[in-house]
Amino acid sequence: MTTLTDPPKESFRLSMLIYDSRYRSMTIQVVAMIFFMLVAAWLLNNAIINLNTLGKPISFKFLSNPAGYDINQRLLDYSSRDINLRAALIGLLNTLVVAVLGCITATIIGVIVGVLRLSSNWLVARIMTVYVEMFRNVPVLLWIILAWAILSESLPKIKSFRGENATSSMSLFDSVAITNRGIYIPEPLFSRSLGNIHLLGDSGLRFDISIDLIAIVVVLALSIFGMRKVTARANAVQEATGDRPTTWYIQLGILFVPMIALLVALGFHLGLPELKGFNFKGGTHLRNSLIALWLALSLYTAAFIAEIVRGGIMAISKGQSEAAAALGLRPNRTMSLVILPQALRVIIPPMISNYLNLTKNSSLAIAVGYFDLTGTLGGVTLNQTGRELECVLLLMLVYLVISLLISAVMNWYNKRVELVER
Amino acid sequence: MKKSVIFGALTVAGLAAGAAAAGTLDDVKARGKLNCGVTTGLVGFAAPDANGKWDGFDVGVCRAVAAAVLGDPAAVEFVPTTGKTRFTALASGEIDMLARNTTWTFSRDVDLKFTFVGVNYYDGQGFMVPSELGVSSAKDLDGATVCIQTGTTTELNLADFFRANNISYEPVPIETNAEGQQQYLAGACDVYTTDASGLAATRATFEDPGAHVLLPEIISKEPLGPLVRHGDDNWGDVIRWTLNALITAEELGVSSANVGEMSSGTNNPEVNRLLGTEGNLGEMLGLSADWAKAAIMAGGNYGELFEKNIGENTPIGLARGLNAQWTDGGLIYSPPFR
Repeated sequence: MTTLTDPPKESFRLSMLIYDSRYRSMTIQVVAMIFFMLVAAWLLNNAIINLNTLGKPISFKFLSNPAGYDINQRLLDYSSRDINLRAALIGLLNTLVVAVLGCITATIIGVIVGVLRLSSNWLVARIMTVYVEMFRNVPVLLWIILAWAILSESLPKIKSFRGENATSSMSLFDSVAITNRGIYIPEPLFSRSLGNIHLLGDSGLRFDISIDLIAIVVVLALSIFGMRKVTARANAVQEATGDRPTTWYIQLGILFVPMIALLVALGFHLGLPELKGFNFKGGTHLRNSLIALWLALSLYTAAFIAEIVRGGIMAISKGQSEAAAALGLRPNRTMSLVILPQALRVIIPPMISNYLNLTKNSSLAIAVGYFDLTGTLGGVTLNQTGRELECVLLLMLVYLVISLLISAVMNWYNKRVELVER
Repeated sequence: MKKSVIFGALTVAGLAAGAAAAGTLDDVKARGKLNCGVTTGLVGFAAPDANGKWDGFDVGVCRAVAAAVLGDPAAVEFVPTTGKTRFTALASGEIDMLARNTTWTFSRDVDLKFTFVGVNYYDGQGFMVPSELGVSSAKDLDGATVCIQTGTTTELNLADFFRANNISYEPVPIETNAEGQQQYLAGACDVYTTDASGLAATRATFEDPGAHVLLPEIISKEPLGPLVRHGDDNWGDVIRWTLNALITAEELGVSSANVGEMSSGTNNPEVNRLLGTEGNLGEMLGLSADWAKAAIMAGGNYGELFEKNIGENTPIGLARGLNAQWTDGGLIYSPPFR
């Protein structure tokens, strides 16, 4: 006869937290976590107490006080009477402008340089090597300042455009003025504008959306949709009959006719810059500070991107290009159809961190007098209100959010091009 | 820049309570050196000379304080600060006093918790333009590009002035005076604006100072003076009365040349009190009896400092104007030594 007895039930004893290997690592982690949080709380508490003794308790009220200073490059309306929050918003937009422009140009330059560095042409490959080594081994701040100094010292002064015997003149049929204060280019204007949609009333975050712009985007989207339809139909016809109908003139028509009709309806014309008084008036003013920052950040980051691209391409085995050649693909088709799609999988992850770097490096902007977020919120506002801790915390938060957004978008893209393994 | 602000803020958080509790005067004496915040370089006010020795009007105040407290005008560690870093440097205790043509304003005094101990230069914001532009008034500057030092009161005054006169301008923010000078001379801006004294000092360093004019408008009141942190009144008194001693010395005719002779006793009781041969003013401040004598010996009285560094016989060539003694129709006035 057998008696079924339960295995002796192990009761939990406190000492097991240390001596039982099942719990030990958990215990250590919990203790470390508690310790870490205590230190953080102590630091925070210490800061708050000391700021209170200094008579400067943490307060974000300064954000709703008038900023009092002017900003040269503003994408939204802003005057010195607007509040600090709005000044910070203008700065944030300026940061985003240079970051987006920089990321795009850095990618283009980086990919070209990376590919050319692998070129079998000795001279081209060496020149690209020199470029990469020069740019990535010198701090970006120096490149920014150098670009700025070159622009402001070597380009023609405004006064050389003035008077009877002007030594400089505008380029491209008098539409572009290149000066040491920046480049003035024609701006698009609409004489029969549809107006703006005004959002968020009078608050510091108010902004206008141009209905003209919405109309253009909508028409462009519809055109592209139409073009894809035509392509799909052409494919279907080709499948069925073996003959591909000629579609290029239909495609061009769908792309351009509605857009031109819309632009004519809106009364589109270009506003040309013109020398009036001290400066050129009218047109869009690309300031030296923006150009210098954009140029330096792009060239600097492109050097890193070039290396990533080169590494990505070299990671693809030689057999792939040999196989492509055997199939009769020309070298440029091999690159775009065989090598690059595979290389992208290796390239994207390190690319993310370069985009993040470029965005964060844009905070060096104030060195050339570009009013980015660090220049407004972390510069003048901080200085005039004396709220260092609050401003720096806000700055860190904003940069963190921007960086996380870039990472999120790039990770999503990475998921899409990733090798799908079954 | 951002890093230094973060460190500064953390240091404020970490150390300020400690710094405020202990006496700065004792700290300075124990250290044997005064940490004095000055500009990164503005000829006449504070700039290192060819040998790397700091010299200038603001530097003179630092040296006078060092002489009064430590008996040695050379016992100063000069800490160059920009418009942006100066307040953090002072609040964090990195420097004991700031003598960096800093404007005394309500919010700096009340909100930023600093004590302005007096005024050593009455200034106002002006404009400098190349004379070939043919501008005779700041009101003709509609549409001009203006270089400004960021983080200073001039930035706010400028916005207010152009707004009040309903004219537009394009600001070019710059970090230091040297950069401003480079941008202005390169023609990247039409106008350079800062305190009129700073403009004169900057113009003095140009190759051809005559090709630039200062516009007649002075658009603000800029009382410049040394400042210390709130919460250490004793230390504030030391700086305040050292400055007053220099001013009083000029008023009473005590100069670096005759201070030795006068300190052996004169018929004027105020001179005697000032120089410590009568009464115990020095002891009240926690200093030696001859503190004021040492301060005057360091670089001369107020008038001497002015003439030597920024006066009419220097390249900067500033007239005394508002900065004359009250007895000569100026605003420089010290409370009595009694």
